[in-house]
Amino acid sequence: MRPSKRPGDAARLLRHALVHLCLIAGAVIMLMPFAWMALTSIRAPAEILSGGFWPIPESFHGFKNYETALRIAPFGMFMLNGAIVCAVILIVQLLVAIPAAYALAKLRFPGRGVLFGLIVAGLCVPIQVPALPLYMALAEFKLLDGLFALMVPFFLSVFAIFLLRQTFKAFPDEIIQAARVDGMSEFELLWRVVVPSAGPAVAAFSVFSVVAHWNDLYWPMIVIQRLDHAPPPLGMLFFAGSESGSDFGSMMAGAVIVTAPLLLLFLVARRRFVQGITMTGIK
Amino acid sequence: MTAAAALDKTPALERPAGFRPSRAVREALAGSLFATPAVVLLLATILAPLIALVVLSFTDYELGAVDVRWLGGDNYRQALGDPVFRRAVSNTLLYVALVLPGGILLGLLAALAVHGRKKSRGFYETAYFLPVTATLIAMAAVWQFLLHPRIGPVNAVLKAVGLPEQAFLSEPSLLIPTLAFIGLWNVVGFNMVLFLAGLSGIPKDLYDAAEVDGAGGSVDRFLTVTWPMLAPTTLFVAVTTSITAFKVFDTVAVLTGGKNGTEVLLYAIYLEGFQYFKMGYAAALTVIFLLFLLVFSVFQAVKLDRRVHYT
Repeated sequence: MRPSKRPGDAARLLRHALVHLCLIAGAVIMLMPFAWMALTSIRAPAEILSGGFWPIPESFHGFKNYETALRIAPFGMFMLNGAIVCAVILIVQLLVAIPAAYALAKLRFPGRGVLFGLIVAGLCVPIQVPALPLYMALAEFKLLDGLFALMVPFFLSVFAIFLLRQTFKAFPDEIIQAARVDGMSEFELLWRVVVPSAGPAVAAFSVFSVVAHWNDLYWPMIVIQRLDHAPPPLGMLFFAGSESGSDFGSMMAGAVIVTAPLLLLFLVARRRFVQGITMTGIK
Repeated sequence: MTAAAALDKTPALERPAGFRPSRAVREALAGSLFATPAVVLLLATILAPLIALVVLSFTDYELGAVDVRWLGGDNYRQALGDPVFRRAVSNTLLYVALVLPGGILLGLLAALAVHGRKKSRGFYETAYFLPVTATLIAMAAVWQFLLHPRIGPVNAVLKAVGLPEQAFLSEPSLLIPTLAFIGLWNVVGFNMVLFLAGLSGIPKDLYDAAEVDGAGGSVDRFLTVTWPMLAPTTLFVAVTTSITAFKVFDTVAVLTGGKNGTEVLLYAIYLEGFQYFKMGYAAALTVIFLLFLLVFSVFQAVKLDRRVHYT
């Protein structure tokens, strides 16, 4: 280590420390709710009610809080519902969007321009807009209050089509022509040649889709009345609104259970998450 | 590359006559077939509901009602004169006005600070992005506890340093700012990641050129290179942030239930449509909501359009 004599070095060091200080302060604010959620979920009720801000719990009360949470609300079932809904939505979205995106990117067919225009326009229409008529139609067919009702509005992802079309457009035309001359059908060509090359885009979209639908509250709140079809956010709302809502220990235990899967997924696959976000915006 | 080799062996001239038109027809057929599921779903889950929504908004339909009357623009007139709906609009706009500049500024500052870090970048990226992935409704319950007037740690800290306690979640003048703070907490990491991507897209030699031109200080470099080069990113961040803020719903549902004057647009629509089942009126509110969204999206559409033409 060389002693720094020049004033510029000291200033740089100071600025460096200052930037880190600000970043750490920001990180504390960002992470504080998570820390408090976890700490409160293992705190004894009496200690929670005394209302301090000392972080370390005096006694470990975790088993009791989590047991209460699981007894009051069937979180296991919420999670299962959430997993089924997210998985089916994602699979159907990909099965619908991949061929459509390929057609829009590489095939000439009547109505292509109109379809693409509608897809782009559809990007501006969130679920809350068609919600009323969709609700009425589902009520008409007696489909409310079921997993199908939870999933059907999301089978078409205009965003997936938009994103994958861009990816497929970059796929070299020569390879497609060559495969065609080889006698490959368009179907085979799409799934065996083009899709495998689009792995990162598909992965990024998958992360985006699962996060969006695991966390969605608005639509489940509308179509689901019975608890046994509720996904995690609706279960959490029910839990926070019930009389046990003042039992913060078990409420935080419930919050830990609901948020844990995505937080773990994020910690494992941070790159994909970040990539997913960047692909949506800047290309 | 067997396919490519095959292409070389079969020049176009040797193909049987009439191959070309049938090729185009086959392509059109495959294209139509591939697009069919998407077209059917587009009609069933977006276009038809949109048309139904607009028609509905001119009627007095209520769920289960036997007769329906055509009201013309009455629902819209009623909405514009309704003090509750007007408050929902002004609350939503206030919420956007708080989250939008804060979300852009903090996201940009965080990105600028994190961009230069090497070893600690992963940690900060994780910490700031964590709120984006967390289920907002569960985190709203956590904030409810954090901000609790009697047993919440935030007020405990305020008390400890001699400041007066704040009823963040019941004092009417504090409610929207509190919701906006949680909204900011939720969106900053997302914006930071977008800005980071924008920053890494700025060619390094631009900074060198700026230095040659005498823009040596970090403020100078920011103003001459970074800020102009980030303009497209900033526009995109502004559009997504305003749309996200405009759709505020989850935190309201958990923390206030729309009470104490905290109605926001989506919550008002939810109540009218799915609690009181006034479908016609709720449809009119939804159309107004969509018009607001379209205003925000126009910028994005312009940008997408440009991108489409250049690809």
